[in-house]
Amino acid sequence: MSVPASATLLHVVREQIGLTGSKEGCDDSECGACMMLLDGEPVNSCSYLAVQADGSAITTVEGLAPGDTLAPLQEAFLVAGGVQCGFCTPGMLISATRLLRDNPDPTTDEVRLELSGNLCRCTGYDGIVKAVMEVAARTAEKSAGD
Amino acid sequence: MTSYLAATSLEEAVAALADGARPIAGGTDLVVGARQGKKPLPEALVGIHRIPGLNGIRDSDDGLEIGAMTSHAAVVAHPTVRNRYSGLADASALVGSHATRAQGTIGGNLMNASPAMDTGAPLLCFDSAVTLASARGTRNLSLADLWTGPGHTSAGRDELLVAVHVPAPPPSTGSAYVRLQYRRQMEIAVVGAAAVVTLSEGTVTAAAIAITALAPVIHRVAEAEARLIGGKANAAAIASAADAAAEASRPIDDVRASANYRKAMAAVVARRAIETAISRAGGAEVEIPASESTYGS
Ligand SMILES: Cc1cc2nc3c(=O)[nH]c(=O)nc-3n(C[C@H](O)[C@H](O)[C@H](O)COP(=O)(O)OP(=O)(O)OC[C@H]3O[C@@H](n4cnc5c(N)ncnc54)[C@H](O)[C@@H]3O)c2cc1C
Ligand code: FES
Ligand code: FES
Repeated sequence: MSVPASATLLHVVREQIGLTGSKEGCDDSECGACMMLLDGEPVNSCSYLAVQADGSAITTVEGLAPGDTLAPLQEAFLVAGGVQCGFCTPGMLISATRLLRDNPDPTTDEVRLELSGNLCRCTGYDGIVKAVMEVAARTAEKSAGD
Repeated sequence: MTSYLAATSLEEAVAALADGARPIAGGTDLVVGARQGKKPLPEALVGIHRIPGLNGIRDSDDGLEIGAMTSHAAVVAHPTVRNRYSGLADASALVGSHATRAQGTIGGNLMNASPAMDTGAPLLCFDSAVTLASARGTRNLSLADLWTGPGHTSAGRDELLVAVHVPAPPPSTGSAYVRLQYRRQMEIAVVGAAAVVTLSEGTVTAAAIAITALAPVIHRVAEAEARLIGGKANAAAIASAADAAAEASRPIDDVRASANYRKAMAAVVARRAIETAISRAGGAEVEIPASESTYGS
């Protein structure tokens, strides 16, 4: 695949590869709607050159669960009311996935702080925080039961 | 049309710079600036993130050697940085969001030369130096001699920042960086200050104080340091040093704050930074970032 040097990772993933889960909100690294994982670490893909990602592994919201199944976080977002218009959701899910990977048992305050690079204009954040806390609690229960 | 080369060695990178290319590290200043229409992307870019050896922190008895490509996230996570160079951890912990900290680098922060950058003041207080490499050779430069104005450095356009050297502070030294911010993340310093203080039986034997977003470049304030050195680390001395830091400031009015407000707040953040550095020098645990743990004090 060949891409122009000035093309952003978001543009290439959406327009050339055709995975449109990641959204363009602000296009200048303020809102997190375009957030992906680059070799496991979060990146605002609207402000990252695609050429810089050559040779790296990229995870988008499409990659969080196989086929039509949902990852636990995706399901929890639906149940807890963490989704309204859904525009922030792909980036929010990527951000929350990385958060729980690095901090499986966060406090509510840590969740709010770590997700503050992801803006949501609909939910007021409560449902999102609740969803993340629920998945964390279930994971903790499971590992306590093992 | 922008051209791009992903350099895989230092030689390749400095050869590209000699030909006029601009380096790109995490791109969180360079690409974002272009997206915002501040400055178009340079015509030729050289990626430096695939060069082996530019990323990582080497920690020895002499101090730290921080590779230019080291991310803010790696700086904050490093146990020695947190313990012995806490002021630097305070600064990197504040940068952007977790995505900005994962991609943004220490080299990009310093070379972008913003007077509001967070890592500048603590690194200056630690008497840091940088290594610059070019096709002409390699040289070391004191950080104090790097910045010449907002967005400008004394480095040649063909020079790449390779590493930052931070000399090990003496025992009983504490450090802190505090900024005034309107929100906890995704923020830029309204004003900021760093302090590095060494104590011996309650007396200050060495002190370094620098101010952020209060002048065209981040700089140390000798008068503030003099008001601490040789005396007891008490509230009166701390307040007097913080006032000296504010007096030395030359802030501007902009959308984020008026110059008057900045000057008034300079004394507050400087006091919090000095107080925190002194507490840490005495062995107290103050949570990182100090901006949050000293909020409202
Ligand atoms: C949303 C957001 C929030 C931010 N918040 C903060 C904040 O709170 N505090 C703060 O200080 N900054 C902040 N920044 C700015 C930025 O993230 C940091 O300055 C970061 O450290 C820049 O590093 P980079 O690797 O992304 O630099 P790049 O964008 O890759 O490069 C920046 C400049 O430095 C040059 N350069 C890069 N590396 C080298 C090198 N090794 N040698 C020579 N020149 C080099 C480039 O050519 C370019 O001119 C924020 C940015 C964004 C987008
Ligand atoms: S679209 Fe990338 S951060 Fe907003
Ligand atoms: S659900 Fe609409 S922006 Fe978050």
